[in-house]
Amino acid sequence: MSETESSTSASPVTLRVNGETVHTVAALHDTLLTVLRDRLQLTAAKRGCNQGVCGACTILVDGKTMRACLCLAQACEGAEVRTLEGLNDTQRMQLLQAAFAENGAFQCGFCTPGMLVSANALLETNPQPDEGAIRTAMSGNLCRCTGYVSIVAAVKSAAAMSKRGAES
Amino acid sequence: MNTPDHAGTTARDGSQVVGRAVPQLEAAEKLDGSALYIADLYRHGMLHAAILQSPLPHARIKGYDLTAAMALKGVHAIVTGDDLNESHRMGAFIKDEHAMAKGKVRYVGEIVAAVAADNEAIARQAVRLIQIDYEDLPAVLDPVAALAPGSPLVHDNAAQYVQVFDAGTQGNVCSRTSYRQGDVDAAWADCDLVVEREYRTQAQAHLSMEPCGALAEIDAAGRVTLWSANQSVFRVQAHVCETLGLPMTRLRCLTPRIGAGFGNKMEAHVQPLLALLAIKSGRSVKLILSREEDFETVRARHPFHIRIKTGVRRDGTLVAREIELLLDGGAFGDDSPGVLGYALLMQGGPYRIPHVHAHGRVAYTNKMRFGAFRGFGVPQVTFAAESQLDEIAAKLGMDPIALRRKNMLAGSDPWFGGQPILSNGLAECLDTVERESGWAARRVAQPVKAAADGDSRRRGLGVALSAHISGLLSTGAIVRVLEDGSVVLNTGAVDIGQGSNTVLTQMCAQALKVPMDRVALASPDTDGSPYNWGSTASRATYLTGRSVVAAAAEVEKKLKEHAGAMLECAADDLELLSGGHVAIKGVQQRSVSFADISGRAHWAFGGPIIGSSTCVFDQATFDPKRVAVLGLPFARIGVYSFSAMIVEVEVDDATGRVKVLRAWSACDVGRAINPRLAKGQIEGAFMQGMGYALSEELVWDGPRLVNPSLMDYKIPTMVELPDDLHAYLIESNEPSGPFGAKSVGEIGINTVAAAIANAVSNATGVQFTQLPLNAERVLRGMLAHEASGNKVAP
Repeated sequence: MSETESSTSASPVTLRVNGETVHTVAALHDTLLTVLRDRLQLTAAKRGCNQGVCGACTILVDGKTMRACLCLAQACEGAEVRTLEGLNDTQRMQLLQAAFAENGAFQCGFCTPGMLVSANALLETNPQPDEGAIRTAMSGNLCRCTGYVSIVAAVKSAAAMSKRGAES
Repeated sequence: MNTPDHAGTTARDGSQVVGRAVPQLEAAEKLDGSALYIADLYRHGMLHAAILQSPLPHARIKGYDLTAAMALKGVHAIVTGDDLNESHRMGAFIKDEHAMAKGKVRYVGEIVAAVAADNEAIARQAVRLIQIDYEDLPAVLDPVAALAPGSPLVHDNAAQYVQVFDAGTQGNVCSRTSYRQGDVDAAWADCDLVVEREYRTQAQAHLSMEPCGALAEIDAAGRVTLWSANQSVFRVQAHVCETLGLPMTRLRCLTPRIGAGFGNKMEAHVQPLLALLAIKSGRSVKLILSREEDFETVRARHPFHIRIKTGVRRDGTLVAREIELLLDGGAFGDDSPGVLGYALLMQGGPYRIPHVHAHGRVAYTNKMRFGAFRGFGVPQVTFAAESQLDEIAAKLGMDPIALRRKNMLAGSDPWFGGQPILSNGLAECLDTVERESGWAARRVAQPVKAAADGDSRRRGLGVALSAHISGLLSTGAIVRVLEDGSVVLNTGAVDIGQGSNTVLTQMCAQALKVPMDRVALASPDTDGSPYNWGSTASRATYLTGRSVVAAAAEVEKKLKEHAGAMLECAADDLELLSGGHVAIKGVQQRSVSFADISGRAHWAFGGPIIGSSTCVFDQATFDPKRVAVLGLPFARIGVYSFSAMIVEVEVDDATGRVKVLRAWSACDVGRAINPRLAKGQIEGAFMQGMGYALSEELVWDGPRLVNPSLMDYKIPTMVELPDDLHAYLIESNEPSGPFGAKSVGEIGINTVAAAIANAVSNATGVQFTQLPLNAERVLRGMLAHEASGNKVAP
């Protein structure tokens, strides 16, 4: 698909990935997803469609959710990139992960890293989202297994746990 | 969820793990992103592959020119049809398919060559340098045209192919099947009302979020190890060995985590090609299909042409049914004959119909192959049959539920064809959704036209019932007791994401009364696992579960033999205690631990304890005294589960857009081993079925698929999720099932399109005969109804 001719003419690029400075190489057409998965072996972000529709490759670039398959790596020089691997140690992500486990909010798990990154970004800007806000914010993450019911419930539950945590 | 969660009621005893909503065993790795799927596997020195696809729907391959492609730096191997033996063909029912195109191409997108190179970019560049000399042939793109006299033949001599049953393959007829019960021709005369109509359904893409792919590695002795996105390591082994002419000892198949299947990873996709590339290059080779390639080359749900005729008495008693199916099978047989045979078995639904003639054919066409997809033909026939029941109810002036209740299977009623039913939760399914939906109060008999105040929306409720089997073919389990008294369970069943690893572990732990963390689960491996036909046909919980329980029972017997010797009593006087002990019945202090027993077995007497069990589902589907059968693809298929669904929709008069507001889905699961996972199956099946009913459709422009991308093929998102989606687990306790369980993977999808279509009909007064019910189709139907009073719309 994306990788075609003159692929070997890669040039250096420096990224901040999950808090560490990474010097790597990327051709002009290499996406951030290709660099993360194939060069850095950070494989939590998945390639489901490679055209920005399914959301399985959702990551944070300079704090904003992005589709890694739509970001050119060379355009991310110096950017702060965070993948699920780099969010695992945060309290909010751990609340979300506990809620996803408790509610059965995943089956095959392929869309799950993207779902979690999107949910995490939602709770960061809107710590107590109502159901409508959850559905809207996460409508760009496709899941074919769960039917979404348990994912909505998990995000609600994580928000509630977070509120209880803040109050106590 | 409205039904009580078993976790609260049965978990008081810590050892009670069956019935508990424990999280999936893989929760930690799936939630921190460390779970490894096929695309996440890397091997030292691995090459990357790319495929070349046919631009033509039907052409003879006169020759290949690989010179320029081979000359490209970094290319290590190219494979084409010339690398394949003419007689090495695969096919679940008809051996009609090579590892890739050989001699002819038969659809646009078919794989004609593959390249292994240092990286994906070089491989993709190389495939574009391959020159193929094609001689164009006339194509046939429609199943009706395919069966017309003089039509171009997709296979030059299909009748010569090996058939694993009496498929009747010849010309463009891939298979034909007929079941006849009673005297349908005479029965029409006994009917007060006969309704006949034609229905059409569309092709649906499985759309597992993970695209298909494989990774093959070859060792110094020439033995291949193959990882792939799959639903059965044993099916992969069979397909690769058949198409490459390898003895099974030369191929070991393993599985990474699987990003869902829904049927499209059951039979082969690119696994034979990858094994061939590894053999030819002598290197490890990986290929992950792009989303577009996955759409174009794997498989999809069959489009059906359905003609259905039903006769009833004035009081609503069903008397006779004739149904004729024509399936577009695409270029290769794949699972098509099975889908046809199963759809014909299930078309009558869970009702008593004494006189039935169910028959149909699968046609070869120059399109991608159609195959197994959750529901396996039942969503299609249920759409037609349940729509027809609503039409009959309306003509008789009966409530749709009353008509169904009058005819549905109950008590000792067998399934169509005579197979006894030992557990039937259908009445409870229907009672539950009727009560919970408030059907009696909410459903209006006639459509209410939208108010004139500018709100253009109208509502309707629809109902549908269905059934499904659990079972099919063979499976096994091995339970080994380790030195410390913990156990390893090995079933060969691939967990495709539905949670079978968890459910089977729960059963093993329960059978031996040990905590789940004392049971390790071996990953499927054709070298080390007992045979398992596959995670398909709703069989993991029910059939693999039976093997697990039987293997655990053998372990229990051996544990008791040892304990009897150690405690100096008869084995019959012993019982298992929770936590891994064997004790004298009623004397808990006289006990020995599994660890002590296993130590004795390992080091002194008897040898390590291993329990194993294999089984094949062997109950006959048809009683030959009741049914005359021609071309039966499965003679012994499974036990029956039941389901009932009600949905409430809103239809926008101005746009034709249908929105599902609420849905109530009750499924007879026998016994819920893990209620959370079981409900997840029902919820996921609903949304996949809703996409099928309302929006999803693969569209061809001539021979070319025009929407092979997620941009153009829309599946439901969280925004389309109904306001309320209720899943109910009905427990009917199947006597042959493990802990009473039946499987739940497919049944939840069967009723969805039918219930939605009936709800749309209730809202609009128009009966739609073709899926999907997208806004354009519904609006056209409503406008035609307004203009000409036409109550039936295509």
